[in-house]
Amino acid sequence: MDFGLTDDQRDIQRTARELLASRATPERVREHAEAGRWDEALWKELGELGWPGIAVADEHGGQGLGAVELAILCEELGRSVAPVPFLPTVLAATLIEHAGSDEQRGRWLGGLASGELSGAAGDAPELIHGGAGAGVIVVVDGADARLVEGGEAEPAASIDPTRPAARVDQADPTGEPLPGDVAAAADRALVAVAAELVGICERGLEMTVAYVKDRKQFGTPVGAYQAVSHRCAQMLLDTEGARAAVSYAAWAADADPERLPEAAAMAKAAASDAGRDVTAAAIQLHGGIGFTWEADVHWLFKRAQLDAALLGGASAHRARLAQLAAARAAA
Amino acid sequence: MDLTFSERETAFRDELRAWLAANPPSPEPTDGGEGAHYAWRRDWQRALYDGGWAAPGWPVEYGGRGASLTESAIYFEEIGRARVPLPANVLGLLLGGPTLMVWGTEEQKDRFLPPILSADEIWCQGFSEPDAGSDLASLKTRAVRDGDGWVVTGQKVWTSGAQYSKWCMLVARTDGEAAKHKGLTYFLMDMEQEAVQVRPLRQITGEAEFNELFIEEARIPDECVVGGVGNGWKVALTTLMNERAGLGFALQVRLRQLLDDLFDAAAARGLLDDPLVADRLADLHVRTEQIRLLAWKGLTDIERYGQPGPEGSLVKWLWSDTNQRLTQLAADVVGPEALTAGTRWSYELLRARGNSIEGGTTEVLKNIVAERVLGLPRLKAVA
Repeated sequence: MDFGLTDDQRDIQRTARELLASRATPERVREHAEAGRWDEALWKELGELGWPGIAVADEHGGQGLGAVELAILCEELGRSVAPVPFLPTVLAATLIEHAGSDEQRGRWLGGLASGELSGAAGDAPELIHGGAGAGVIVVVDGADARLVEGGEAEPAASIDPTRPAARVDQADPTGEPLPGDVAAAADRALVAVAAELVGICERGLEMTVAYVKDRKQFGTPVGAYQAVSHRCAQMLLDTEGARAAVSYAAWAADADPERLPEAAAMAKAAASDAGRDVTAAAIQLHGGIGFTWEADVHWLFKRAQLDAALLGGASAHRARLAQLAAARAAA
Repeated sequence: MDLTFSERETAFRDELRAWLAANPPSPEPTDGGEGAHYAWRRDWQRALYDGGWAAPGWPVEYGGRGASLTESAIYFEEIGRARVPLPANVLGLLLGGPTLMVWGTEEQKDRFLPPILSADEIWCQGFSEPDAGSDLASLKTRAVRDGDGWVVTGQKVWTSGAQYSKWCMLVARTDGEAAKHKGLTYFLMDMEQEAVQVRPLRQITGEAEFNELFIEEARIPDECVVGGVGNGWKVALTTLMNERAGLGFALQVRLRQLLDDLFDAAAARGLLDDPLVADRLADLHVRTEQIRLLAWKGLTDIERYGQPGPEGSLVKWLWSDTNQRLTQLAADVVGPEALTAGTRWSYELLRARGNSIEGGTTEVLKNIVAERVLGLPRLKAVA
């Protein structure tokens, strides 16, 4: 048993962290968010590095690596809140690859894997995160999903301008259905969303710890007060608990798919709660400055809000877990 | 990342599982009180010992199997899964023995290790005092040189199993002038002397798992000093680190069983259809799985990097919190039964309140996480 990453996986993580630290600086994130547009230069670079296709099969133009490698990248991009359509694109690619027809795979995966196209996926047609400019949008509705061409979507504004959204017409569901096992494909997508949430938590905790060490009141760093330090400890517990659940789910997706439904539901439930709680604590522990636009903590909170609700929130996944447990008890 | 057992580990698990299935303990005594219950657990340890399963993690030369950390964890998982009790001398096996293996002389190892394993000599732990709980190093029990031995006077508390014990792992102050962590020495104190009085400490469940020790000029010979005079703090830390590592796995498995039982209780009452109950049960399921995963992650980090990550403190904190939530939900699910004296769920409800205090309070664990993992500054003590 080994929870560690392989040397190759560690290389992916280190490369991603270094690249994003230099490219997705807070200033650049803010600049693009304020303009409400993607960082096209960075997205192009990520496409050239093959990141969007990391878990897409070779035959469809991807790198053919697994859910663990994809989760590593999602986590790093979550940390950076980079304004690139990475998560939306890999969600669309995952759903199409694992629930689409041969024709649908052939038509879309090459573009998504190379980053020439961006994609998006969501279960709320009126607000598809990352749908702005997407070539293809997958609208999930329970155990069904349909493909909508990006041109049919209209821009929509979410609370998170680092991930420009779009709206798909609900009254006229013209898209073509994905014929495969949408639930199983969605479980793989959930792992990616949960991994991004872990990265968001990690960054929120890092920023907060740095701040409370530095900020002095009553002549003492506020991080020395237990009301503050214990909440930081809670942030770590939430983050590490979510990380453990996500690691398990990513491993299950690659190595033991029978365990994936339960593992994915656990990962999404844990990461959704952690994402909301940790980023809310990050704002609180930054005090007044945390409520300002300039402090940059709010980007994490906003992204966490989007991801926590995406493809089912914590309550929905706990309801699933209760059903799975009841079915097991009845068996 | 590989979350499966190796062939060797699987073989170890299968062998133990088969042994436990073929050698179940005798039925748990229903009367005769705590003494009868303890005797039953002592018999159980003797059976484990005869089967070679009392302490698989001990090196072969001391009567163990030289099991790896992973195999030791499997051992506790299987003990839990089989729903059999832990060996009676758990403190000797998990804390005392491993501490002696690090700090003891050859003579001490030869003298003390075999009877720990066979349950012929039970061990207890004399660390905490009425005024030295979380701040253990402020302890006041004094040991004074007298000829070729020591005379000890003081008071200890929270000493579980003291009434059954032959030996006490005792930390006492041997130098009142030295800084508080420096003047301590680790002794093995013979409990069978008039100078040591054991008084049971009745807890909120009504029973007495723990005791107070009143020590009035007890004698300890020089050969019962462990790790050298003045080195007691370091030796005690070895004991405390072993406490977190081994027991964590057993606790984690017990929590899983209790949760399974609560699911069954809820299903039997048709409460799985109640979305509020289902949500709370599922939340407990997620937490219980997180504890299992974090416990395994902590252990594999030790195997891989040689030192534990932050998981130890997190696991203990999350475990106590989850067990308390679980027993509180049980009170809603099973209703009056949980409030009826003498029932299992009422016992669990009350016993769980101790979880966030024993073995490091949650408040202290949060301090440890904040200071040692996150690197936050320490608040200066009020003068």
